[in-house]
Amino acid sequence: MALVLNEEQQMLKTSAKEFLAENAPVEALRKLRDSKDPKGYDPALWSQMTELGFAGIAIPEEYGGMGFGYTGLGQVLEETGRTLTASPLISSVLLSATLINLAGNEHQKAALLPAIADGNLLVSVANEESNAHKPLAAETRFRKSSKGYSITGTKKFVLEGGTANKFIVSAKKNSKSGLTLFVVDAGAKGVKIDQTPMMDSRNIVTVTFKSVKAAATDILGGEGKGAAPLEKALDIARIGLSAEMLGSMMEAYDRTIAYLKERQQFGVPIGVFQGLQHRAADMYCEIENCKSLVIKSLQAIDSDSKGLAVYASMTKAKISQELKRVTNEAIQMYGGIGMTDDEEIGFFMKRARVAQRTFGDSNYHLDRFATLNGF
Amino acid sequence: MDTATATDLKTFRAETRAWLEANYPESLRKPVKNQEKEVYWGGRNPYFHTPDTKLWFDRMYEKGWAVPHWPTEYGGGGLSKQEQKVLREEMARLGCRPPIFSFGISMLGPALLKFGNEHQKMKYLNEITAGKVWWCQGYSEPGAGSDLAGLQTSAEDMGDHYLVNGQKVWTSYADSADMIFCLVRTDPEAPKHSGISFLLIDMEAEGVSTRPIKLISGKSPFCETFFDNVKVPKENLVGKLNQGWTIAKFLLTHERSMIGGVGDARKEVPLSQIAIKEVGLDDGKLADPVLRLKVAQWMMDGMSFKLAVERILDEAKKGQQMGAKSSYFKYYATELNKDKHELMMELGGYDALKWGEEYEGGKLARDMCRTKANSIEGGTSEVQLNIISKRILGLPGK
Ligand SMILES: Cc1cc2nc3c(=O)[nH]c(=O)nc-3n(C[C@H](O)[C@H](O)[C@H](O)COP(=O)(O)OP(=O)(O)OC[C@H]3O[C@@H](n4cnc5c(N)ncnc54)[C@H](O)[C@@H]3O)c2cc1C
Ligand SMILES: Cc1cc2nc3c(=O)[nH]c(=O)nc-3n(C[C@H](O)[C@H](O)[C@H](O)COP(=O)(O)OP(=O)(O)OC[C@H]3O[C@@H](n4cnc5c(N)ncnc54)[C@H](O)[C@@H]3O)c2cc1C
Repeated sequence: MALVLNEEQQMLKTSAKEFLAENAPVEALRKLRDSKDPKGYDPALWSQMTELGFAGIAIPEEYGGMGFGYTGLGQVLEETGRTLTASPLISSVLLSATLINLAGNEHQKAALLPAIADGNLLVSVANEESNAHKPLAAETRFRKSSKGYSITGTKKFVLEGGTANKFIVSAKKNSKSGLTLFVVDAGAKGVKIDQTPMMDSRNIVTVTFKSVKAAATDILGGEGKGAAPLEKALDIARIGLSAEMLGSMMEAYDRTIAYLKERQQFGVPIGVFQGLQHRAADMYCEIENCKSLVIKSLQAIDSDSKGLAVYASMTKAKISQELKRVTNEAIQMYGGIGMTDDEEIGFFMKRARVAQRTFGDSNYHLDRFATLNGF
Repeated sequence: MDTATATDLKTFRAETRAWLEANYPESLRKPVKNQEKEVYWGGRNPYFHTPDTKLWFDRMYEKGWAVPHWPTEYGGGGLSKQEQKVLREEMARLGCRPPIFSFGISMLGPALLKFGNEHQKMKYLNEITAGKVWWCQGYSEPGAGSDLAGLQTSAEDMGDHYLVNGQKVWTSYADSADMIFCLVRTDPEAPKHSGISFLLIDMEAEGVSTRPIKLISGKSPFCETFFDNVKVPKENLVGKLNQGWTIAKFLLTHERSMIGGVGDARKEVPLSQIAIKEVGLDDGKLADPVLRLKVAQWMMDGMSFKLAVERILDEAKKGQQMGAKSSYFKYYATELNKDKHELMMELGGYDALKWGEEYEGGKLARDMCRTKANSIEGGTSEVQLNIISKRILGLPGK
């Protein structure tokens, strides 16, 4: 497949760009942060976004979505990266809806997906437990009795967990059994949420499940059968998040290049200095590489490629490395101004650090890439 | 020409595959040991490594596939872009060697197609496709490397001919070549970019001499080239007088895309395979954990660059300008290749340090030395970064 967008995808990108520039500029994130709103996103903005169909882009039509595929969703995510728009797109739409679509039965899909596509239902995956990404290493346990299931454990780094209506929580029966995924109400008895602000001002929480009840009908994908769909959903989410990160990377870069042309020192724009030019040109090359990885990987999701895992790890690793570099160079090239809270460029660096770590950082994926390639 | 239907292409692929199977000589179906010696370079005194090398070239030439992308009236194949791609892929599939390797095809040809007159195209392009003339490139001079427009070799208008005096340097294969395409100064008074012309000179002409220079790899594939009162017919001027810089830049773009590996469908052994062979696995992982990550990083960079070339070519097909992107291709591909060779040295351990006979014991080390030139020849990495800064990013000059 040609590595270019089709007309529909291009139109989606343009409309997302225009909408976000007008309604959710970086200034909106600053306001959200300064108001100390624990939600970490703006519900009014979210309802506008869902009216435009953003939440349903990748959800199949029979479940109330647009059936536009992940290449389309990736374009919207890329644009939210440019504006650093905080919303439940990554947690509820990209990861949770994908997981439900992959692992859920007819009944679960019909009950959950249309509500996610509407934006009324927010679902977060509660999976991580240790201090670094170990997606299949749950210590959370469930017990099974004649009355149903009971789940106990603590989940870290739950994206948008403070505002979720439901969690998809992973648990094992014992240390040797496979992963089981339960859909649990956020308001269920025994669910406790602790929120500590992260450096990107978004809503990421720790959730404690203490003997939380669930029924057999709450299991996604069958008992002990959660690992495969979870890994696949995570791969898709890694690629979608990479699209968001690419948007942030390009925006931080464009702003830096504009600054190099505008800032005068020694009687000339600082962009004349070769010490800066060559670093800028080298970053240009890496951004071209990253753009290609993202579109190729998004297409790999839509064509159900066998190489999905390799593409996901390659893309997440490389994008994480380059976003780190571009945001660091941005601050350096802005000089003293780049260190100030008044200047927006610092917001890109802070969001970057959280996104780099989410769903596995570059070290994790470099290692996984080697393993997947047989060495 | 690019509107061929999918069925046409399918048929073309099937026919191409069958033809190659039938015509690619059995004896060439093994890895090349010494690229330089085994490939056919063309020329007035042709050298064929084996009779099958000749057979392969002759068959491909007759088919028009020595230069598949040129028009048939110049001895090319007249293939559409899609057909060229199919042919490249099918050749890669069977591991076919290129029938000929020539700067005439990769550099001079595109310039003549765009700037040459009909007589020049008929004569020189037909000679190139037939493998009859070996061309070399006379751009660099001792005082004009990165600052190419500072060149001093002069061509004086003597009425019925030009009189050429001066010196070129780093002229690859000048001692084997029959003809040289040269940048010469035809107006010493004009600003430096506006006094340059593009001239074709016969290496057998009186007053032309060469002196080989030995490289750090131990080989001497390039020369100093001297012009001492060399008479050049006026019809050998390509394009307009004093407008050679336009041609020079056009040609460099081609050269850089070529060095950048654009359109290269060759299958390479993945670096991870080499690593496993050299270092071995331990519990499924490369036995050296540091090298493992370096190899993984290199492969990721390499794959992402390959995809970027593919994407940018796809965008070009949809009408987006390539602009100065050839500088990105050239820069990134050559830096990658240097890194790869350094990594292969690390993987190769003590044995990699051997400096045996060329292409025997010392191959790895000698090849590594040779790759150092990748980021120098065709315009240095720093020059490519300057071009990206100015022409793509629009950063101000001094
Ligand atoms: C936390 C903090 C504390 C500070 N404390 C003090 C203080 O107590 N007292 C005080 O007087 N100042 C202080 N400063 C100011 C500091 O010294 C300046 O920020 C610094 O000198 C850079 O100047 P600038 O911010 O104007 O950046 P600019 O000069 O605008 O530089 C912007 C970018 O251009 C680059 N650049 C500029 N010129 C060239 C060149 N010729 N070649 C290549 N690159 C170039 C810079 O390296 C930088 O990356 C402080 C700054 C910070 C961030
Ligand atoms: C193996 C090989 C084959 C070659 N074959 C040919 C051939 O067939 N025909 C031909 O005409 N030429 C050929 N060349 C020459 C090649 O094009 C030149 O070597 C090249 O353009 C660099 O010029 P230079 O060697 O004079 O280096 P210089 O221009 O002297 O450069 C020296 C260093 O200074 C840096 N530098 C120079 N200017 C700048 C700047 N503005 N900003 C930042 N850094 C700068 C360079 O990047 C380099 O690192 C060949 C070279 C090699 C190594």
